[in-house]
Amino acid sequence: MIAHALVFYLLSSITILSSIMVISSKNTVHSVFLLILAFVNVSCLFIMIGAEFIGMILLIVYVGAVAVLFLFVVMMLEGNFVKVKQGFLQYIPFGFFIAAVIFFELIIIIGSWQYKPEFIKTAKIAYNVKETNTEQIGKLIYTDFFLPFQLSGIILLVAMIGAILLTFRRRDNLKRQDILKQTSREREDSIELVDAESNKGVKVND
Amino acid sequence: MIEITLAHYLFLSAIIFTLGVFGIFVNRKNVIVILMSIELILLSVNINMVAFSVYLQNITGQIFTLFILTVAAAEAAIGLAILVVFFRNKGSIQVEDINSMKG
Repeated sequence: MIAHALVFYLLSSITILSSIMVISSKNTVHSVFLLILAFVNVSCLFIMIGAEFIGMILLIVYVGAVAVLFLFVVMMLEGNFVKVKQGFLQYIPFGFFIAAVIFFELIIIIGSWQYKPEFIKTAKIAYNVKETNTEQIGKLIYTDFFLPFQLSGIILLVAMIGAILLTFRRRDNLKRQDILKQTSREREDSIELVDAESNKGVKVND
Repeated sequence: MIEITLAHYLFLSAIIFTLGVFGIFVNRKNVIVILMSIELILLSVNINMVAFSVYLQNITGQIFTLFILTVAAAEAAIGLAILVVFFRNKGSIQVEDINSMKG
């Protein structure tokens, strides 16, 4: 039990510290790496608490895809980051005020949980200890949550099409094959039959 | 203190959520860090979902975490695509320069 507590405090303190560094780091590349550190720590927490599948998926999706995307864009658009940080101190008081209000509201909500009547057992399918975490999620996601699962696939498809469409740039100076133009060419457009008289030849008009 | 309860996870999630909101306010000039702060907020929501799912013995929370993950990935992709297009058109990613839709 004490080892569990120690691991929890270690992982969560690293997560909080790296989150603070993400929002305060001067170098955006460092921010992305610290974001990766926070994600890895939270995924370790998930694995520790018994949600292995979500932990691994978090690792794959966030560290493998989202963070790499961030890194790619940061390195591509790296401009004058020194100018960017001007006015950093200007917004701290107001931001701190808003953040403090939100934090205390959340703490009040968490604190009021001890006055809750009971934990309401909402589970249609309760935890089955004999099955693994992945098995349970798989059994539920293809039965009760089939429609939302398909809809999330459609969201990803729409996001992919949108991202491609947004960043797609048609260059005018490149010569491209236009298949419609090629196949819709008529015989009359390209071939002209002319009777060539002797000693006069054919006059070609370009 | 020794036994890790649901409240510990909720506190962690509240702290990360607050840091994300604070990051949006502080980094008013850097769009990429604002997007990263939004990712932090979504991460804290995920922590909440998984903690409740485990402590209430209800697997549904973990399935909704998957959906949140999907939306977060889509949002990051679209946001960064918009950023790339904006940089291509204006040559800058400063938030101050994003004012062409001002009436």
